[in-house]
This record gives sequence, structure tokens and C-alpha cells, in this order.
Amino acid sequence: MDEVMGRMLAIESALSAQVGSLSVSANLLAPSEPDGVPVMRMCIEGQEEIPVFVTASPQQVLCICYLWTEREVRPERRAEMLEAMMDLNIAIPLSNFGRIGEHYVIFGALAADASPESIATDVAMAADNALEALEVFNEFLM
Amino acid sequence: MAVFSKVLTMLRGNLREIGQSIVDSNASTIYEQEIVEATAHVATAKNDLTAVMAKEMQAGREIERLRAELHKYEDLAVQALQKDENGLAEEVAARVADLEVALAEQEEARAQYAAHVARLKDMIRTAEATLREHERQLAMAKTTESVYKATATISQNMGASGSKLMSAKESLERIRQRHQDLADRMQAAEVLEGEFGSKALDNKLAQAGIGERANRKAEVIARLQARARPTPPDRS
Repeated sequence: MDEVMGRMLAIESALSAQVGSLSVSANLLAPSEPDGVPVMRMCIEGQEEIPVFVTASPQQVLCICYLWTEREVRPERRAEMLEAMMDLNIAIPLSNFGRIGEHYVIFGALAADASPESIATDVAMAADNALEALEVFNEFLM
Repeated sequence: MAVFSKVLTMLRGNLREIGQSIVDSNASTIYEQEIVEATAHVATAKNDLTAVMAKEMQAGREIERLRAELHKYEDLAVQALQKDENGLAEEVAARVADLEVALAEQEEARAQYAAHVARLKDMIRTAEATLREHERQLAMAKTTESVYKATATISQNMGASGSKLMSAKESLERIRQRHQDLADRMQAAEVLEGEFGSKALDNKLAQAGIGERANRKAEVIARLQARARPTPPDRS
């Protein structure tokens, strides 16, 4: 856990350096199950509603923003929304759309040994992309 | 078996169960075991390959030696015949025949080694491809599992802290509201500066004819008029 904490602080300071005058907050969500996965929660000032969650598996680091759930999607616009996601996926810098269970997400993936600076870039990008996605996809939501 | 379809099948099944675990630890262990075995397999095959390739090269050298020997004794047999040493020529011919048998054996052996080398190379390629595939499958399985566990961690923490993941509309509305607040505040600050700032006070003072700016125009005119008047002649 100490190692995870150290890594989080490194990412937090790299992220602070990147977003300039905006303040950044980070905290560690401890898993409740013994075999659970620890997650870092990162917030950028002004966008506290869309935190970026950073989690690592042995192979990769993932920076995930939760966008909306299946229940929020207008059923009659759903197919259109999915196509828009597919079409945009390759153009969006560093992030991709995805789905985890009920949640639509936007996420960036990095190699497991990525530097705190690279992760910070991905986090900042995911947060910006998420905000823009909320604005653009608003029309598909209830 | 493609892990893509396996993961998709699981995802389309009971989402609740996926939250617990996408790959039971059994399946992970089997994959890991297979990876260990394939790695060992590749290592052994590579060892075998070097040994067989060495033997192939040895056979090649032996063939060269036998060919030279054969050549030499054939020449000698011809020389014996030319000197009508028929008995000697026959002895040499027997030696040549032995050498030919030995050469044929070596060539057969080399062909077998070559085939063995080709088989081993194929095997290593296949084993390495399997290994990469298993590693990728395990990575996918573990990542999927890890993401669902991370989501569980996030949901639990959200639940515990009383806050929850907001709906997209709510989030967007709040962020927009905050941006609007900021824009409003900045505009208000400008208005305020205009009404109550130091400039506003100076303006009011000037209008009331108070302060250094109040009579500046009149003072300037007076000064210019003074310069424009001809200097009175010196009377002394």
C-alpha cells in the first residue's frame, strides 16, 4: 500500500505541474475485499464531478472517467450514440470510449511501467475528454 | 480458443457475477501453468536444437572428409591399374567400396539431422506463438477482472462516503453552473471596479471640481497664454 501511495503522490504532483494554476486533489480508495483492487481518485479543480480513477493491473495502468449509465441513455437514440462513440474513438486524443457493466466510460491505457508524468498527461486528457463527451453526448441522454 | 469471445460471453451473461470475478482463480492458474509449461518447452526445444544442429555440422564435415578420401583412393586405384598391379587395384577398390558405404551412411544421417532441425524450429515457433497467445489471454482476463474489481472498489467507496456517481446531466449542469458563476463573478468584479474603484472616485472628484485633475485644462490654457504674450522690454 505504501508503494501505491508513493506512486499516487508522484502522479498527483505531476498532474499539478501539468494543469498549472488549477488545484488537484487525489485520494486512495482502499478495496474492501482482501483481493480487491486499490484505486486512485484524482480530481481537477472545476471538474470535481468527473473524477479520474487510476488503477493498475500487472500489464497496464488504466485512467477511467465514468460518463453515464445505460439507464440515462435515451433508448431511441442509443444506436446513434454507440455509432458516434465508435466513430470518435480513434480521433479522441489518448482516450477511448468503453463500458464497464452499466457504466459508459472514457479511459486511457498505459504500459504498467509508465512514468508519473505520462500517467498525469493521460489523467488530464481523460478529464478534458470526459467533459467534452458530456457536452457533446448530452443530446443522447435523458 | 479466443479469449475475446470468452470475455464477451461472460460480459453478456450475469453482470452481477462478473462484479465478483470474471476469471475464477482456477482458470488463471491453468493459464499461468500453461505459460510456465510452454516456456519450459521452448527452452528444452532450443537446447535440443543446438545439439542437433551441432551434429548436423559434424556430419557435414565427416562427409567432406570421406569424399576427399574416396577421391584419393579412386586415383590410387587408377594408378595401380595403369601399372597392371591388378591385385593391388582390387584391394584399393575394396577400400573405395567401404568408403562409399560410409559416405552414404553419413549423408543419410545428415539428412535426418536436417529434418530434425526443421521439425524443432517449427515446434519452437508454434510453442512461442502459443506462449504469446496465452500471455495475451491472461493479460486480458486479468485486466477485465481488475477493472471490475476497481469498479467495485469505487462503488463501495462512493456508497460509504454518502456521495454517489452523479448522473451525466447533473454533473454537466453543475460544471456549467460553476463556469457560469465564475463568468458572472468576473463580470460583477468589472462592474464593481467601474462603480466603486479608484477610477470611479477620481471621476466623481473631477466632476465636483476637486483634486489635481479638476482644473488641469484651465491651468494648461493659462500657461500657454503666458508663453504666447510678448515679453515686456527691459527697462533698465
